[in-house]
Amino acid sequence: MNALEVARGVREGATSASEQLTTTLGVIGERNEELNVFLYVDQAGAVAAARRVDELVARGEDPGALAGVPVALKDNLCQRGVATTAGSKILEGWRPPYSATVVDRLLAAGAVPVGKTNMDEFAMGSSTETSAFGPTRNPHDCTKVPGGSSGGSAAAVASRMTPLALGSDTGGSIRQPAALCGVVGVKPTYGLVSRYGLIAFASSLDQIGPFATTVADAAVVLEVIAGHDPMDSTSLPEPAPSLLAHVDDGVAGQRVGLVRELTEGADDDVLASVELARRALEDAGAEVVELSIPECRLGLSAYYLIAPAEASSNLARYDGVRYGLRVDAEDVAAMNEATRTAGFGAEVKRRIMLGTYALSAGYYDAYYGQALKVRTQMIDAFRRAYREVDLLLGATAPTVAFAFGEKTANPLTMYLSDVFTIPTNLAGDPAISVPFGTGAGGLPVGVQLLGPGRSEARLFAAARVLELANGGA
Amino acid sequence: MARLTREDVAKVAALARLTLSDAELDTFTEQLSQVLEHAKDIEALDLEGVVATAHPFGLANVVRADELRPCLVREEVLAMAPDAEDGRFAVPRIMGEAP
Repeated sequence: MNALEVARGVREGATSASEQLTTTLGVIGERNEELNVFLYVDQAGAVAAARRVDELVARGEDPGALAGVPVALKDNLCQRGVATTAGSKILEGWRPPYSATVVDRLLAAGAVPVGKTNMDEFAMGSSTETSAFGPTRNPHDCTKVPGGSSGGSAAAVASRMTPLALGSDTGGSIRQPAALCGVVGVKPTYGLVSRYGLIAFASSLDQIGPFATTVADAAVVLEVIAGHDPMDSTSLPEPAPSLLAHVDDGVAGQRVGLVRELTEGADDDVLASVELARRALEDAGAEVVELSIPECRLGLSAYYLIAPAEASSNLARYDGVRYGLRVDAEDVAAMNEATRTAGFGAEVKRRIMLGTYALSAGYYDAYYGQALKVRTQMIDAFRRAYREVDLLLGATAPTVAFAFGEKTANPLTMYLSDVFTIPTNLAGDPAISVPFGTGAGGLPVGVQLLGPGRSEARLFAAARVLELANGGA
Repeated sequence: MARLTREDVAKVAALARLTLSDAELDTFTEQLSQVLEHAKDIEALDLEGVVATAHPFGLANVVRADELRPCLVREEVLAMAPDAEDGRFAVPRIMGEAP
């Protein structure tokens, strides 16, 4: 059952939250050892949350839009008292003293958080291979990566452990694993969803969003978690948009731009899916035009200066003083260094050093300063495009799921997995990855729809058109 | 911009409070050079007069009323610290012995 079906069943008494949780825990029990999706299952907390929902139903009270729906949380989302590591040894054993706003909102809507999913360490990676706790396996083919960094959340939904999951997307970390695992993944407009309680990677780019098996499920989750939060000063001062009501609006009369730079270099099977998606949108009454946004080619370079720069600052807090690992040493500076050296993995160290370098005296203007200006150009370029068209279409990732170890030797090769998703983060705009067709080895392919800031309703409607064309109910 | 050297990486590691082995220094120097080499495309651009972006929608100087609101529970926070003493975080000595 998908999330909306579960919620309806729970509200109407056809099933119960506790029964749904039992199913979820059963699938996790069967497959987690093989797939390494959950780093931690909070069985006691989930049982209690499910019971609360069932009690509300028994009393005739409204349990909320996600009544009794089990949901998986990426392990960089804090839930009070529940182990949270961000995939890093440096936070092993830490239990947050507060919950992320998105977790509180899920609970208030009747959802049942069941545990924390595996991820690349501090969300730095595109395959979950940088997790300190071993990689997650792709449920479609255990020899392949699930994508990343939110690979555990994508795999949780793809393997039907939970109907829903939350992830975070800094350069594609929701959309790319959604594509590789064959599920729907959404990166909302920057500021639409509060980042309070999200362990920070690159604060000007990070955004929390849903994974689901259907477009409507993703829409209802975003309605639940979106909306202003005074605890996040970058949160947009406006309420959550109405999304579910617009899912069946269609694309008739819409102009869609097929972006050359968001498909160039993609494998043939991916290109074939994008072409089929284009025809599906045309069949539904959209006009598709080809266009070029050359600034996208600068996205990767700008991103790999801005994100590490922000990360080097955000990760300075892991110094062995207030939480997580401490490696003892004779004085405090030596303790800081010993702790960070032992606690961070290679990719995190690489990005911290890259960011520190890009921000250091003599290089700041050439690297970080320049990248921030490229970001302005990227925003302007997308705004110009959206004066011509309503939405944009491209591939989500250049390839289907790749093999373990295939891209770990050369970091730049791995970074290129996010070449089609990064421009959206720099622009601050929303985008959605929808499964569309299959590629080499029968593996899922995702196509990407992009829209201007706050265009989520339009994006979900177009995604729904693709879902139907791809055989969805 | 000059090519990244092993010494640059050693300096950056020290700034970032990371100890690197000789082998790690070699690997990171090569890998970071590759990424910076890729970034040459934007280093070379003439962006004179372009304004830098921090928030994509220009949100700035967000303020709120200065009023009391709940905060974290101290005991819960300190229970998660590597070391705590008398209601505070405890760390190894920062200053040397008095002469």
